[in-house]
Amino acid sequence: MEIKTDRVYSASHEWVLFETETTATIGVTDFAQSELGDLVFVNLPQVGDAVTAGQPFADVESVKAVSDVYCPVSGTVSAINEALLSTPQMINENAYDAWFIKVENITDKSPLMDADAYRTLTGE
Amino acid sequence: MNNDLLLSMEKSIPGRGSQVIPALEAPAYPLPETFCRKAPPMLPELAETDVDRHYTALAQRAYGVNCGFYPLGSCTMKYNPAVNEAAARQPGFMGAHPLAPAHAVQGCHAVITELSAALCEIAGMDAFTLQPAAGAQGEFFGMLCVKRYHEARGESHRVRMLVPDSAHGTNPASAAIAGFTVVNVPSRADGLVDTDALRGLLDENTAGMMMTNPNTLGLFEKDILDISRMVHQAGGLMYYDGANLNAILGQARPGDMGFDVTHFNLHKTFSTPHGGGGPGSGPVGVKRALVPYLPTVASLGAKDGLQLKAFHGNFGIMVRALAYIKALGRDALSDVATHAVLNANYLMHRLTNAGYTPAIATRCMHEFVLTLEGIKAETGVSALDVAKSMIDYGMHPPTMYFPLIVHEALMFEPTETETRETLDHVADVMIAILAQTRTDPAAMHTAPHTAVIGRPDDVKAARTPVLHW
Amino acid sequence: MSHYHPHTQADTAAMLATLGLATPDDLFADIPQSVRLRAPLSLPQGLSQMDTLAAMEALAEQNTRYRLTLRGAGCYDHFIPPLVSQLAGKEEFVTAYTPYQAELSQGILQAIFEYQSLICALTGMDASNAGVYDGASAAAEAAVMCRERGRTVTLVSACAHPDTLAVVRTYAYGTGHEVRVVPAADGHTDLAALQAMLTPDIASLYIQQPNYFGQLEDVPALFAAAKAAGVKCILGANPMTLAMLPSGAEVGADIVCGDVQPFGIPMAFGGPSAGFMAATAAMQRKLPGRIAGQTTDAQGRRAFVLTLQAREQHIRREKATSNICTNQAHCALTAGIYLTYLGTRGLTAVAERCLAHAHAFAELLTAIPGVRLRHRGVFFHEFVTELPVPAQAVEAALEAQGVLSGLPLDGGMLWCVTEKASLAQLTRVAEIVREVCAQ
Repeated sequence: MEIKTDRVYSASHEWVLFETETTATIGVTDFAQSELGDLVFVNLPQVGDAVTAGQPFADVESVKAVSDVYCPVSGTVSAINEALLSTPQMINENAYDAWFIKVENITDKSPLMDADAYRTLTGE
Repeated sequence: MNNDLLLSMEKSIPGRGSQVIPALEAPAYPLPETFCRKAPPMLPELAETDVDRHYTALAQRAYGVNCGFYPLGSCTMKYNPAVNEAAARQPGFMGAHPLAPAHAVQGCHAVITELSAALCEIAGMDAFTLQPAAGAQGEFFGMLCVKRYHEARGESHRVRMLVPDSAHGTNPASAAIAGFTVVNVPSRADGLVDTDALRGLLDENTAGMMMTNPNTLGLFEKDILDISRMVHQAGGLMYYDGANLNAILGQARPGDMGFDVTHFNLHKTFSTPHGGGGPGSGPVGVKRALVPYLPTVASLGAKDGLQLKAFHGNFGIMVRALAYIKALGRDALSDVATHAVLNANYLMHRLTNAGYTPAIATRCMHEFVLTLEGIKAETGVSALDVAKSMIDYGMHPPTMYFPLIVHEALMFEPTETETRETLDHVADVMIAILAQTRTDPAAMHTAPHTAVIGRPDDVKAARTPVLHW
Repeated sequence: MSHYHPHTQADTAAMLATLGLATPDDLFADIPQSVRLRAPLSLPQGLSQMDTLAAMEALAEQNTRYRLTLRGAGCYDHFIPPLVSQLAGKEEFVTAYTPYQAELSQGILQAIFEYQSLICALTGMDASNAGVYDGASAAAEAAVMCRERGRTVTLVSACAHPDTLAVVRTYAYGTGHEVRVVPAADGHTDLAALQAMLTPDIASLYIQQPNYFGQLEDVPALFAAAKAAGVKCILGANPMTLAMLPSGAEVGADIVCGDVQPFGIPMAFGGPSAGFMAATAAMQRKLPGRIAGQTTDAQGRRAFVLTLQAREQHIRREKATSNICTNQAHCALTAGIYLTYLGTRGLTAVAERCLAHAHAFAELLTAIPGVRLRHRGVFFHEFVTELPVPAQAVEAALEAQGVLSGLPLDGGMLWCVTEKASLAQLTRVAEIVREVCAQ
């Protein structure tokens, strides 16, 4: 399972790439996509929505299940990856390119870990 | 062999068709241009013979209770008596207009009155509405009833609806669309509601609790009187999901267990056919305090009440259920539960002896759940593979992957209308399948092999939806 | 008494012995004695099948059987071709469960897919679901589909069927949303009033076509006003009339819904029938309930499955926006058979006969002194007349002749003429009405 060293991770298997102290891009990890299986749809928030660390901000559908995606930071959604809406398989194909949202005005964040810690968490 | 059966639209030859109705006897009425469709709808045009053969071929690619064993857990796929169908086909019923003057539809009113009274007796409730079209609509109405009750008492802050984690998905969905906040109640290791956890979840905002009893593991919630007492003391109402009523028909009544509202599924317990997904009927019974909130019919003049659907509900289904109740009567109705529970236990016993693992190793009610977790770990064969392999033996698979709290679940409900020989045959098939998990697991991953198609690509269907021709 | 559990006493005894149980009662050992039913149910003893059928026939015979029905108002007496009932009655269709096991259910799945295709053809929309309970609940579900943040109020025309309005209100009550009624003017939705009601909190507008009074609404104008205000447009259509009236796509609908009862489904005291729902591609994922889709199997063969299931209650649980599971599949199947059998020309012929005979009948009636049309607009096959005598007098006189009159409505009568009514019958009815009115 691929784990990138350029970003940090949440215990609920989201990755966060901080651009600045208060802006970040968020997605789900390669481990998460492999557990979720073939994804067929993604529900994303709207630009301008407030997101809260530890709370769901999106959900992903496989054929037989729907799973929440939790936000690792608190802030405001500044962009969403609309390509995911029509081609959710991008997440299965490359989870680290298939970002979900960009967040600005970040005021708070969940406990996050570096790549080594996340590798330990996922048992590799 | 090309198994593909062309769509009716693909068989269409413009100009074909049948003369079904007489020609106009009055001048054609010229609609103003603004009310004229630009081009007629493109419907198929087929010879009568081809319409007949098309739908006959489709029927041959379907599988009903009339075809064989159908052990879908929580669905109660019992035999659908022919006499019920004959009753429903009576011209006096089929031709009744829902807004005909009351004196002209006394037979319909009698059906509704008689069926309601019988359901009250079976449920231990004070009144029934037959308006809800299905169990889910019954649940929705039941939830609205609870909401109205609390509002009328000035307690609209009661918004928490407790739902066990073993519940059918419909329960939390129904509570949510009625405006309640769903609170999940955990189950204990023995599969029953965790009453200690429940106690901690009750508060002054509790609206009520939804329960299925026996629950989706096929186990009777023995603590039911304690549970209803606790919920009532907290000011909540108890809702009974009648999906599993077949297990206790004539043996115990929701009304005697402390339930205030209940829905039954006429298409489960009362033998009306499932129709490939409906129509069903989901009548709701209530205790006296909730009678004021029963639904009304606006087109009959009552404009301010709750209403679930137009007119009186799925009347044709009510006729079938009443015929069933009349045919069986009080003794045979309670024998239904006896034989349903006997058949489930007998099949579980045989499967357990053969090496399958029940999710909870205890006596069951009308259904039981196997966990194939061990088989999957040992052989790589999943519950899905086993279910699909059953198709190759000419039987419908059981309910798969439910309840959610059991891994690799297969949920069997044989119902009371199966013979001992059928159950023995099923057990023998399951033994053969279990042996195959060790001898040829690879073949099971691609089962079924004898159906008109192999496993369909569900991911493709969902990612790039093709929803019409 | 009848029963359908097959065990002989010997079977039962042997099976109990296998389980190590002494009596059938032991099967219920897990039910506490405190909730066991000790006395038998207070119901009559069972009947033989012969007596059961006789008892049910006796109930059916308590209903009046009319030779001619001129009442519609949401439930229509159309001709049901025998082939339609015969094919729909095939047991594999009647006794099957929901087609979750696709390999065993290709016939039902293909029939649903064809039904969806037929609904799309009729409505001009991009996607149809497999149906819901009825036309009224379809309208309520359509209103749910249109709600979004900041826009949650549903507008319903006062000219909609009263049951539809009541059901939309009931569903909205559940989720705590508001429904506002757009007033009528001369039996039509009042466009000027609508324009004043199009505030930024409005999610959708529901217009019934033909409306409850049988009148044809100026749907394009109503929907254009709504669209200009960012409001979603729901067309509640009698699908029979769509053979001739503009499709939902032609009038700018986002959702078209209604009841397929006119398509081969008996009136049966108002149920069961099925609600249809069709939507634009942009809204297709919001459609509630089951949807069949086309895919391929492992060998590349065409296959049909239930798809987009992660929207549904059994997966989404409390986050689902609809709780429907069992729908009215067999009624949708019946409607599909009806449409396939009649085809474009057959359906158009039915609609044309309804339209022509209704207008001929209206002329016969309005030739009677004191009988006139209540509304000035164009109607399809239903219309309201004023009467110079109490409506109940007309109802009684026609009933004596085996005719179910139109529906008494605010002193007048809402008539409905289907293709079943011959001109001779309608002429005779008009004569009876003339006699009553002369008294």
